Amino acid sequence: MQKKIEEIKQKALELISEANSPEKIQETRVKFLGKKGELTALLKSMKDVDPAMRPQIGAWVNQARAQIEKQMELAGEEMKAKMLKQRLAAETIDVTLPGKAPKQGHLHPNEIALREVERIFIGLGYEVVSGPEVEYDEYNFEKLNIPKGHPARDEQDTFYINSNIVLRTQTSSVQARIMEQGKLPIRIISPGRVFRSDAVDATHSPSFHQIEGLLIDEKSSFSDLKGTLEVFAKELFGENTKTKFRPHHFPFTEPSAEMDVSCFKCGGKGCRFCKGEGWIEILGCGMVHPHVLEMCGLDPEKYSGFACGVGLERIALLKYEIDDMRLLYENDMRFLEQF
Amino acid sequence: MKSSLSWIKQYVPDLDVTAQEYADAMTLSGTKVEEYQDLADGLDKIVIGRILTVEKHPDADKLVVCQVDVGDETAIQIVTGAPNVAEGALVPVVLDGGSVAGGHDGKARVPGGIKIKAGKLRGVESAGMICAIEELGSSRDVFPDAPEYGIYIFPEDADVKPGDDAVKALGLDDIVFEYEITSNRVDCYSIIGIAREAAVTFDKEFKLPSVAPTGNDENAADLISVEVENEQLCRRFVARVVKDVKVAPSPDWMKKCLRSMGIRPINNLVDITNYVMLEYGQPMHAYDLKHIAGNKIVVKTAHDGDKFVTLDGQERDLFDDSLMICDGEKPVGLAGIMGGENSMITDDVQDMLLEAACFDGTNVRQTSHKIGLRTDASTMFEKGLDPQNAKAAMERACSLIEEFGAGTVVGGAVDVYPHPVECRLITFEPDAINRMLGLDLSADEMLAIFYKLDLLYNAETNEVIIPSFRQDLKETADLAEEVARFYGYDKIPTTLPSGESLMGGLHFGDIVKERLMDAAVSCGYSQGYMYSFESPKAFDMLGIPADSELRRTVVISNPLGEDYSIMRTQTVNGMLTSLSTNFNRRIPAAKLFEAGNVYLPHDIPITELPDEKMMLTLGSYNSGDFYHTKGDVESILKQIGMKDEFEYVPDPAITYLHPGKSARILYHKKEIGLLGEAHPTVAERYSIGKRTYIAVLDLSVITGMAKFEPKYKPLAKFPATLRDLSFVVPESVLAGEISATIKRAAGRTLESCSLFDLYQGDQIEKGYKSMAYTLTFRASDHTLKDEEVSGIIDKVLKKLEEKGITLREI
Repeated sequence: MQKKIEEIKQKALELISEANSPEKIQETRVKFLGKKGELTALLKSMKDVDPAMRPQIGAWVNQARAQIEKQMELAGEEMKAKMLKQRLAAETIDVTLPGKAPKQGHLHPNEIALREVERIFIGLGYEVVSGPEVEYDEYNFEKLNIPKGHPARDEQDTFYINSNIVLRTQTSSVQARIMEQGKLPIRIISPGRVFRSDAVDATHSPSFHQIEGLLIDEKSSFSDLKGTLEVFAKELFGENTKTKFRPHHFPFTEPSAEMDVSCFKCGGKGCRFCKGEGWIEILGCGMVHPHVLEMCGLDPEKYSGFACGVGLERIALLKYEIDDMRLLYENDMRFLEQF
Repeated sequence: MKSSLSWIKQYVPDLDVTAQEYADAMTLSGTKVEEYQDLADGLDKIVIGRILTVEKHPDADKLVVCQVDVGDETAIQIVTGAPNVAEGALVPVVLDGGSVAGGHDGKARVPGGIKIKAGKLRGVESAGMICAIEELGSSRDVFPDAPEYGIYIFPEDADVKPGDDAVKALGLDDIVFEYEITSNRVDCYSIIGIAREAAVTFDKEFKLPSVAPTGNDENAADLISVEVENEQLCRRFVARVVKDVKVAPSPDWMKKCLRSMGIRPINNLVDITNYVMLEYGQPMHAYDLKHIAGNKIVVKTAHDGDKFVTLDGQERDLFDDSLMICDGEKPVGLAGIMGGENSMITDDVQDMLLEAACFDGTNVRQTSHKIGLRTDASTMFEKGLDPQNAKAAMERACSLIEEFGAGTVVGGAVDVYPHPVECRLITFEPDAINRMLGLDLSADEMLAIFYKLDLLYNAETNEVIIPSFRQDLKETADLAEEVARFYGYDKIPTTLPSGESLMGGLHFGDIVKERLMDAAVSCGYSQGYMYSFESPKAFDMLGIPADSELRRTVVISNPLGEDYSIMRTQTVNGMLTSLSTNFNRRIPAAKLFEAGNVYLPHDIPITELPDEKMMLTLGSYNSGDFYHTKGDVESILKQIGMKDEFEYVPDPAITYLHPGKSARILYHKKEIGLLGEAHPTVAERYSIGKRTYIAVLDLSVITGMAKFEPKYKPLAKFPATLRDLSFVVPESVLAGEISATIKRAAGRTLESCSLFDLYQGDQIEKGYKSMAYTLTFRASDHTLKDEEVSGIIDKVLKKLEEKGITLREI
């Protein structure tokens, strides 16, 4: 009997080792261990065996059954691993084929530059406000110390709607509107569109954008102006940027200055980009003129402050090395998609 | 404004700086040097030579062989092709190894110059080159005696000899600076003004030209009279008389000064007025006295329609406010702009009347603009000159006339100066200045700067006395700038404002705008920037009816041209124009958005500011269809929390949109914008050869609907029941109506209702369409039973039947 059990076991193990698919293993299971399987049949024939031998034979059968089952399990796992390996090999792709991206649009370089500037000033506690683009003469000129007859408001520069209303030539117009509200202290920037009667060319556009900055407080000085704009320049153009303040003239500030930054392309050594000067003119600024404070209802004895005006296009052109301002208004997809 | 270094040194003799040092320091003290040109750049080993002999070249018809004395013991041989070469002529010669500035073609000079070497020309030795004026970096503009083709020949009486430095002899050993002068510094539009700044900048002594008293023992007042009718427009009129005028060339030093500024020397009289205008910043004019009727000058305004011939021979139309210089009978000059042809100096001049006046800057600017004539004089007067300066300039001019022997200056002057300017006084407040600048200077340090600037201090009254030429200094802030300029802007410390710290940030409207732009970008739209002004023709392009509100516009009174003459009331023209640009550059597909204002006037004519409304405009071609654009609109608006149902009302009346593919967009029953395919006729007008889609969203309405605080709803605990229903629907019923009806009838248990199939064709009766929906039902508190769902569906079907919609039999 023992021999017979051994034979069945050997036969089963042989079949398992020969099996090349899970189906074959299943077949083997049915053939030997199933209800009508050979080993099961042996157990069923136990009734013909000497009862004294039955426990012994039962043990042999169970042993053989355990061995077969163990072997089947091992073979099954091996086979699964092998098949997975085959599947993975079959599924291998060319990872260097191009990716499939959703089509995204692009922000305009002006907008990118604007957000950069806003981020810096918001960090310094400035509120972003806006004002009308079609503006009263009073705010665009009169209250900025540019009385009638001043060369700055010559017809050559300003678009007039009528004698009272103009297309604002500078975002400084917002200064007066904010000061008039009388909520102090003031720390604002005001970005927006401005208009000058310039024909379109590589460096001019009849409509462009400025960002006005204004701080009014009981104590503020030219050195605060310098410090603030130095921080601004370093944030915008990089930590190593140097600034240079040159005296200048604006009717609504006194003292006034223009700020140059060290060329961020050559670091100040002089290159084609900065026309060999090492410096790039970036903005106009100054201490708010006492007359302007007065005209806007603030007491110049008590309050002082500074203002600055940056050309947005100028920053965008410089930062992104765009050599022709017209590109900003043509909206050519090939241009826009670079940003 | 320009100045040569040598001219500045006439007033600041101790100035000893390099060009770069000068440029840097002047820029930092407020006289910005834009650029400078070393006139001698590239000029090396150039001497004066005398041509001893000229012989024909043996092998070339057009060349000659010259022996030239260049100051050495032996003459050198030079081959040249110049047509004007002549024996005995004094010429500039560049020697072997030297260099010249450029070619004789007059093109831009070559930086560093062009090397010249000895060599053979057609087999004959040539040891250098005889130069044309262009080769020396100059031009016939300032050397009118130079020939158009050929070498420069020094005038016979020139005080030069062979071997002398030719560059120096021609006055080319100089550096010319170009400045940017700010409009407030009228005094710096003169060499003297700039020299004064240079003296303070470099802390050197400043010397005004010495002007000796002039005139014979006659009195000008006996010969002429001056009457000023309009004292506002002519604040001062100084007239003097010069008899027995002798027109001749000016001396070399003056020619050199003028040339260095790019001004052509003409004759002593013209040169003196030009020279004094540059030196003092005061324009002058000379009249031929014999043409001044009644020997009388009257300064008065003209009348509209009057005509006047200026000395350039042009007839000019005059206006009521054009200020004229008249004699006893007629106008003889356009004040501050140009003299008249009828009184100009000609070769037969005997006696002349010299004018130095101070005219109102604004009037000169306006007149010059109206008449369309801008001259060097009007450009100066426009800035608003110092009346004190008129007299000083007159004295200087007369002393030069005497010095040059250009005529007999008659004693005395007729000086009409009814309201002499008084020196302005500013209280000296050193503390305020320190506070303003963030400095801690002593009063003495500040006063030291003032003294150098000719600002005197009266210790008794504690006032700073401002000279008339500094019209820009009016109050303490102005004095603070003077202190800052010469203390050094760069030395002022940098600090950060110390006041109360504030919460910065964007306003809600700007946050909404930013989110919308970002959402548009993620939907594939790139941002464009369009102009705010456009042509009124845009309305015709878009087919906007003649009586449309959109045609009421803010009109620019002085536009750059009709194409930029009105402020836009819609954004579609700008969008289509940009799409057109892309299409015509053969860009296969474009998707653009713009966030920009429209300008809607309240009243015509305009008396108050128009409404400025921000619009978000989407536009595309070859990037999807109507439904893509519609989907984009919704996903963009979802980003600002507009998550409720949008309503679309077809509107065939929007003229620039396809009548069958256009809709107004409503949210919470309010119109927020429109959407559609561009009308094929309109697309054709913009030459866009692809179907084009447009959506316009009004941010002035949308901003109020935006919400950035989403509220959490518990996740569903009970399963949903899905039912697919297929309907036969009359063609005219819109999908929007069906889903609205379903939602209304089904009530809250209906979680969603979505169309998954739309079919029209053979299987369906004509005039009908098949539409299949998936309805999702769910209750928040229990699992729905079949009977419940069926009950709801029955209600839905009943409502749909009222619209002629039936369940499709399958």
